[in-house]
Amino acid sequence: MLLKITDLSVRVAGKDILKGVNLEVRRGEIHAIMGPNGSGKSTLAQVLAGRADYEVTGGSVTFEGQDLLALPAEERARAGLFLGFQYPVEIPGVNNVYLLKAALNAKRKAAGQPEVDAYEFLALIKQKMRLMQMSESFLSRGVNEGFSGGEKKRNEVLQMLVLEPTLAILDETDSGLDIDALKVVSMGVNSLRDPNRAVVLVTHYQRLLGYIVPDYVHVLSGGRILKSGDRSLALELERRGYDWVQQESKVA
Amino acid sequence: MSTKTQDVEALINQKYRHGFVTDIESDSLPPGLDEDVVAAISRKKNEPQFLLDWRLKAFRHWKTMREPVWAHVHYKPIDYQDISYYSAPRAPLNAPKSLDEVDPKLLATYAKLGIPLHERAKLAGVAVDAVFDSVSVATTFKDKLGKAGVIFCSFSDAVRDHPHLIERYLGTVVPAGDNFFAALNSAVFSDGSFVYVPAGVRCPMELSTYFRINAAKTGQFERTLIVAAEGASVSYLEGCTAPMRDENQLHAAVVELVALDDARIKYSTVQNWYPGDENGLGGIYNFVTKRGECRGRNSKISWTQVETGSAITWKYPSCVLKGDNSVGEFYSVAVANNYQQADTGTKMIHIGRNTKSTIVSKGISAGHAENTYRGLVKILPSADGARNFTQCDSLLMGPQCSAHTFPYMEVKNPSATVEHEASTSKIGEDQLFYCLQRGISTEDAVNMIVSGFCKVVFKELPMEFAVEAQNLLSVSLEGAVG
Repeated sequence: MLLKITDLSVRVAGKDILKGVNLEVRRGEIHAIMGPNGSGKSTLAQVLAGRADYEVTGGSVTFEGQDLLALPAEERARAGLFLGFQYPVEIPGVNNVYLLKAALNAKRKAAGQPEVDAYEFLALIKQKMRLMQMSESFLSRGVNEGFSGGEKKRNEVLQMLVLEPTLAILDETDSGLDIDALKVVSMGVNSLRDPNRAVVLVTHYQRLLGYIVPDYVHVLSGGRILKSGDRSLALELERRGYDWVQQESKVA
Repeated sequence: MSTKTQDVEALINQKYRHGFVTDIESDSLPPGLDEDVVAAISRKKNEPQFLLDWRLKAFRHWKTMREPVWAHVHYKPIDYQDISYYSAPRAPLNAPKSLDEVDPKLLATYAKLGIPLHERAKLAGVAVDAVFDSVSVATTFKDKLGKAGVIFCSFSDAVRDHPHLIERYLGTVVPAGDNFFAALNSAVFSDGSFVYVPAGVRCPMELSTYFRINAAKTGQFERTLIVAAEGASVSYLEGCTAPMRDENQLHAAVVELVALDDARIKYSTVQNWYPGDENGLGGIYNFVTKRGECRGRNSKISWTQVETGSAITWKYPSCVLKGDNSVGEFYSVAVANNYQQADTGTKMIHIGRNTKSTIVSKGISAGHAENTYRGLVKILPSADGARNFTQCDSLLMGPQCSAHTFPYMEVKNPSATVEHEASTSKIGEDQLFYCLQRGISTEDAVNMIVSGFCKVVFKELPMEFAVEAQNLLSVSLEGAVG
C-alpha cells in the first residue's frame, strides 16, 4: 500500500471541510477524485502535501507505511510526494531552473545521493521540456513569472517529470487548458506511469480522463467519499451530474 | 499564527555573528566636544591650517543647527558631549609600514570577520584600505595602483601627501554646513579613504574599504572623497561589520564623489553594522550623508547599497547631475529586522540637459521593523529632456513590520519624463509552501524568495561582492526571513 487515508477529518479556518475520508492507493494505480465545487478536493490535496494552516482534527494517513502527517511538508516532498498546484504561484526573480535544481538536489541529498551536476541537469531538463513542448525561454524565466495559465500547468508537469515522484497528486491540472495543452499535459503524466508509482488526479471534468485513463474514480462530496467505481463512473457523472450520488448516499 | 510563521520568526531571531570586541588599548580623547577638541583632533593628525580652519568653521555652524526630526525614525536624544571624538589603536612606532607590523590581534579580528586581509585581498584582486576605529592600519596593492597613477590611501595620508587635492575637492559636494550630521562630521572627522583617478585612467582593480566601529562610546566619523578626472573610471566597495555593544554607537560619515567629463564612479556598499538585539537594545545609529556630483558632461555615478545592519539608518546617497547627458543611478536593498528602523532613499537633482536617473529601491521588513523609502527627484528648469525612472518595492515578512514610501518629485521643466512604480507585497505563505512542497527547506526557500526580490540590485554589485551580499542577506534574513 502506497497511500492509506483513514477517517481523515480536516478543519480550515474554523470550518470542517473533510469529515472522515477513506482512500487506499497502491503502486501502479491511477485514481481520479471528482466532485462538485467546495467538496473538499483541493483541501485533501493540500493536506496530503503538508499545508500548515490546515488543521487535522481526526484520522490518519500513512505513506509507504510511515505516518505522513508527522512529516513537515519538505520531508514529504523529499520522500516522493508531489503536488501539482491548482494555482501555481509566481516567485519573481527566482529562476525556474534554479528552483527545480534546488528541489531535485534536496531530494537527492535526502536519499543520500550526490547532487546533480549542472550539465547533467541541463540535459535532463531539456529532454523533459521537449516532451512538454516548452520553449527554451522557460529556462531563463522566473518561477511562473508572467506565465499564462496553460504555461503554469505545463511547468507543474515538467517539475513532476524531473522530480519523478512516487505519488503525484495533480490538483485540477486540466483546468484552464485548451485541447492541445491538455493532450501535452496528459502525455506528460502518462509518461510517468509506472508499476512503482501512483497518480491521484483531482478534477472537475471527465474530459481529462479520456487522456489519462484512471483505474478508480471517487466522488468526494460534503467532505466524504460517497462513491467509488471504475472509469465508467466518471462517464456516468458526466451524464447525470453529482446530485444522484448525493441522493443515493442519503438513502444509504 | 500558523506554524510556518513561527518557523520564519525563529529564523529571524538568529544571533548577530560578528559580535565581539577586540581588546586593544585605544588612544582616545575624553568625551566632550568644543573648539579645543576639534583643534586637538587636527593637531593629532598634523593637519595644515586650511583644514583646521575648515573644521572650526564647520563646528561653529553645527552649533547653530538642530538635529533633524523629519525622518521616520525614533530614538532617545543623543548627548553629543558624552561621546569621545577620537580613538586610535596604539601603535609602537607611529603607523605600521606593512602587514607584518600590524597588531596581530587586529588581524585576528579581521580573520574572525572572514576578511583575512592579505589572502583575501590578493585572491579577489582587491585593494583593501582597512579602517580600524579611526586610523588606517594597512593598505595593500599600493604599487599596482601607483603604476596606474591612481591614488588610494587613508584620508589622513591624503591630507599629508596630496593637500592640494584635498583643498580643491573637500566639501565641494557636501558643504561643511550641509546638514546637522554632515557639519558634525566636518568638524570632527578622524579618517576615511581618499581616491583620485587621473584623466583617462581606468582603475585596474575594485577598491574596497572595511570599516569597523570598535572602541566603546566612540562615534566614528569617516570622511571619504573620491575624484574621477576626465574619462577616468573607478569602482569602489565599502563593507562594514561591527562588534556587539549594549550602548548605541553614533556613526555619521560623509562620502563625496566627484565625476568630471566622461568619468564614471560606481560606489557599492554592503552595510552590516550591529542592528541591536531582538528587543531593540544596542545597535549602531547610522546617520550618513553620501552625495555624488556629475560635474562633467557624459559623466555617470552609480550607487548600489545593501543595507542590513544598524539600529537606525538615515541615509540618502544622492546624485547632482550638473553635466549635460550625465547619468545617476541608485540601486538599493534595505533590510530591517526586529526593532530596526531604516529611513533611506536617494535624491536625484537634474540640472544639466538630457540628464538621466534611475532609482530601484527594494525594502524588506521583518519582525517589528520599520522601513521607509524617501526619495526626491528634482528637475530644474535648465534640465531639458531630463528623464527619471523610479521603482520602489517593499517586501513584508510577518504581521508586525511596516513599510512606508515617500517619493517626492519636483519637475520644473516640461520636457522632462518622470516615471514611478511602486509595490508592496508580503512574503507569501503560498510562495513558501510552493518551495517546501518541492522539498526545499524553509531557510533556503526564504533566501531564494528574498534573493529573487533583490535580484535586480544584486546584479549591479561587483561580481566578487554579489555573492557576499547574498550571503549577508541570508544571515540577516535567515534570520528574518528573514
